[in-house]
Amino acid sequence: MSYEEKGTWVYLVTSAGAYAVYLAIILGRVADTPVADVSYAAVLLWTAGASIVASIIGRTLVETVSPSDSRRGDVRDRDVSRFGEYASRWFLVAGAAAALVMAMAKVDYFWIANVIYLGFVLWAVAGSALKLVAYRRGL
Amino acid sequence: MSKPTRITNSIRALRFARGEMTQAELAQRIGVTRQTIIAIEQGRYSPSLEVAFQIARVFKIPLDEVFQYPDGESR
Repeated sequence: MSYEEKGTWVYLVTSAGAYAVYLAIILGRVADTPVADVSYAAVLLWTAGASIVASIIGRTLVETVSPSDSRRGDVRDRDVSRFGEYASRWFLVAGAAAALVMAMAKVDYFWIANVIYLGFVLWAVAGSALKLVAYRRGL
Repeated sequence: MSKPTRITNSIRALRFARGEMTQAELAQRIGVTRQTIIAIEQGRYSPSLEVAFQIARVFKIPLDEVFQYPDGESR
């Protein structure tokens, strides 16, 4: 497995994991607080930040356990990355479009922020999954 | 599982004909990862024209002796 493929696995796991933690915390708060009053911003920022830090640490750990031949990506890595980003961009577009419609409909900030965050997470997860499929099955 | 490309290649045979050149050595000579050479050999990745020429140059043979494309209608 190449350095970039391992990195994609780490990114997939940390992105999905961080969002799962965020969701668990927020759903716990929604149970006993009206949605409009739920404090979500700090949790969102902390889980997003933790995801980035975990991704860096995870990549370092993976390389320590299973060192790659080279840490430089090549033309195939770039092709795979381009494919994944291109095919998953619709999640980002859908999140932004949904947020726009919700803002025009004067929906609560909680939902607007969360639909944008969900769009980012789906973009990251779907993009990583598609890249891994491309690495395994070919382009 | 169907291969994503109809291009076939003789890289594996050529490596063995050149003193059992390793995938790592070929990868290092053309500046790609060993995994990319494996993917090309297995038909899971069609290299760019530039990489294809670089591979042919390593073996000092014309491009169409390394890569083949079957006759007939394209997909």
